[in-house]
Amino acid sequence: MRRYFGRKLSIYGLTFFVAVTVNWMIPRFMPGDPIESMVARLTMRPETVEPMREYFERFFGYDVPLWKQYLNFWGALLQGDLGTSVWLFPRPVTSVIMGSLPYTLGLLLPAILLSWWAGNKFGAIAARNRWLDNTFLPVGYLLTATPYMWLALVLAFLLAWQFDLFPLAGAYSVTLRPNWSWTFVWDLLRHWFLPFATLFIVAFGGWAIGMRNMIIYELEADYSRYLESLGAPRRLIRRYSFRNALLPQITGLALQLGAVVAGALVTEIVFSYPGLGWVTLKAVENLDFYLLQGVFLFIVAGVLVANFLIDVVYVLVDPRTRLGMQGRAA
Amino acid sequence: MSLRVEDLRVYYQTLEGEVKALDGVSFAIADGEIMGLAGESGCGKSTLAQSIVRLVPPMKLVGGVVELDGEKLPIDDFEAMNRHRMVGVSIVPQYAMSALNPTRKIGKLIKELLGARGISYRAKLPELENRLQLVGLPREVLDMYPIELSGGMKQRVVMVISTLLDPSLLIADEITSALDVSTQRAVAEMLVDFRDREIVKSMMVVTHDVSILYQIADSILIMYAGQPVESGPAEVITHAPRHPYTQLLVGSLPQVGVRYDEQPLSGIAGNPPGLIDPPSGCRFRPRCPFASERCESRPPLVEIGDGHSVACWKVMEEEDARV
Ligand SMILES: Nc1ncnc2c1ncn2[C@@H]1O[C@H](COP(=O)(O)OP(=O)(O)O)[C@@H](O)[C@H]1O
Ligand code: SF4
Ligand SMILES: [Mg+2]
Repeated sequence: MRRYFGRKLSIYGLTFFVAVTVNWMIPRFMPGDPIESMVARLTMRPETVEPMREYFERFFGYDVPLWKQYLNFWGALLQGDLGTSVWLFPRPVTSVIMGSLPYTLGLLLPAILLSWWAGNKFGAIAARNRWLDNTFLPVGYLLTATPYMWLALVLAFLLAWQFDLFPLAGAYSVTLRPNWSWTFVWDLLRHWFLPFATLFIVAFGGWAIGMRNMIIYELEADYSRYLESLGAPRRLIRRYSFRNALLPQITGLALQLGAVVAGALVTEIVFSYPGLGWVTLKAVENLDFYLLQGVFLFIVAGVLVANFLIDVVYVLVDPRTRLGMQGRAA
Repeated sequence: MSLRVEDLRVYYQTLEGEVKALDGVSFAIADGEIMGLAGESGCGKSTLAQSIVRLVPPMKLVGGVVELDGEKLPIDDFEAMNRHRMVGVSIVPQYAMSALNPTRKIGKLIKELLGARGISYRAKLPELENRLQLVGLPREVLDMYPIELSGGMKQRVVMVISTLLDPSLLIADEITSALDVSTQRAVAEMLVDFRDREIVKSMMVVTHDVSILYQIADSILIMYAGQPVESGPAEVITHAPRHPYTQLLVGSLPQVGVRYDEQPLSGIAGNPPGLIDPPSGCRFRPRCPFASERCESRPPLVEIGDGHSVACWKVMEEEDARV
């Protein structure tokens, strides 16, 4: 077990190292000079260009040899310093990311967890109810086959535009200042609902169909047939197949949770919801390499940590991986 | 009589039509008897084994009666059969090596299985350990997951589970097929042991390989294309078979002391017929070296000697000529 996790950890460590290095290289060796564009945006008079450029080069650490830049980059990174945003200059990248993180998490965590829970419940019921199955299955496939973008736009158009039930964009009304009053929380919730609902609906269909198919597969597996031959009650057979069908769903959930830090790019863009996905878009629009770099690093780290947690969880829930790992399997 | 099967007909309903996998099967197994059921692959052996225990779609009971210890089994009523499963009739299925829930420890599985019947695992444990010992497994397997056992060990665990409640009849489907020769012998001896200790009253051992039946069976039933063609005491079937199919089946067996480079294995020419639209009359007719016009009607299964029955016109004529 120790060796297994040791090996996994070193693989994740190596991945992180490579990711950081590539990340560092990209803005430095890419066409298009971020400093140039920032200087161009900030300066009006030609004589200020040179001093401005020198100031920025020093500020962003471009005035030392490359190898030193690389080491400095690691040094800063290990202290949680991801540089300074160009778009929101002079806010540090870390602070921009941390500012958008609550929106992303507040949107994605409930959407993923609730859809997982409800989808599995519903799928399990559909698997043993012919009528429900026959109605749900086509609807479910339709839902999962619908391009998310399209669904989001239709919902936004109907509920926000036509019927004016929900606000169309943003995390809260521009007229309000963030505070812990009921008015503000209510406003926050109303803005949150549409992006949440679209994510929930699509994911729900996927989980439910997955669970339904897995249960039916498990109910037809040899061990279920054998239990039937032994006269075991249906309840017991269903309990086994539910549990076994849940295992791949747990992996699926863990993978989704791992990708949570990337934000829901499309959702956040459609609803102008200021999470990490939206910040990524803004960084691209504004040629803000440092912010982009920071976001990517943050995502890589998040995915790696989540993957490691998945490994741990899976070893805990599935005896097959647990035993396979210890080499006890015959 | 432990088991009595009368004119059993079970068809598979498929899109191409009805597969007549069992088409008029009759036989009986006495108390304390081990009956071997043999025939080429696809002749309906597993269908027969399954339909006595767990008859589910696409299988459909078309006709016939199955009686166990004088009581009619409701084989086509899935729920009503639960009362008989595991206590009246039990099976070691052909897929025994994948028959255990992979995410439950063996002991826990048995505990939950017994619990569902209101039987205390604790009370049953000494007997369970006893049985494990009987099949050569350490009691530690109870604390293991199926993945920790070899295929043969899993099969023996299944054997122990299936017989734990001392069923009247045990059906073992191709229990030796996946094993090497020495293990085959050991498993065959275990089966006999289970009968001798009266853990099970009678047994039906299904195999496509007649040679294993020499060692253990008291009687043998030969099936061809969903119908019985010959049955009788094991001695008679193996040493003096009368039906042309049995003669070829037994004759195609490897024999001790024969060198195969001198005498190639003959096998039986041709393949068993499809069972959606089987040949009329004797189903062996297309492959039978003795086929003639009379064989266009179905030969009845007729007793020609002490407990020895054959379904073949040629044999009947020979018998008639004798008297
Ligand atoms: N699920 C099924 N659906 C349709 N036909 C089947 C099915 N299972 C078996 N059969 C057919 O029934 C016949 C008997 O099969 P089976 O009882 O498995 O033979 P055996 O055990 O003697 O090899 C074969 O022709 C086979 O193709
Ligand atoms: S009945 Fe005719 S075809 Fe069938 S086995 Fe006998 S001789 Fe052959
Ligand atoms: Mg078979």
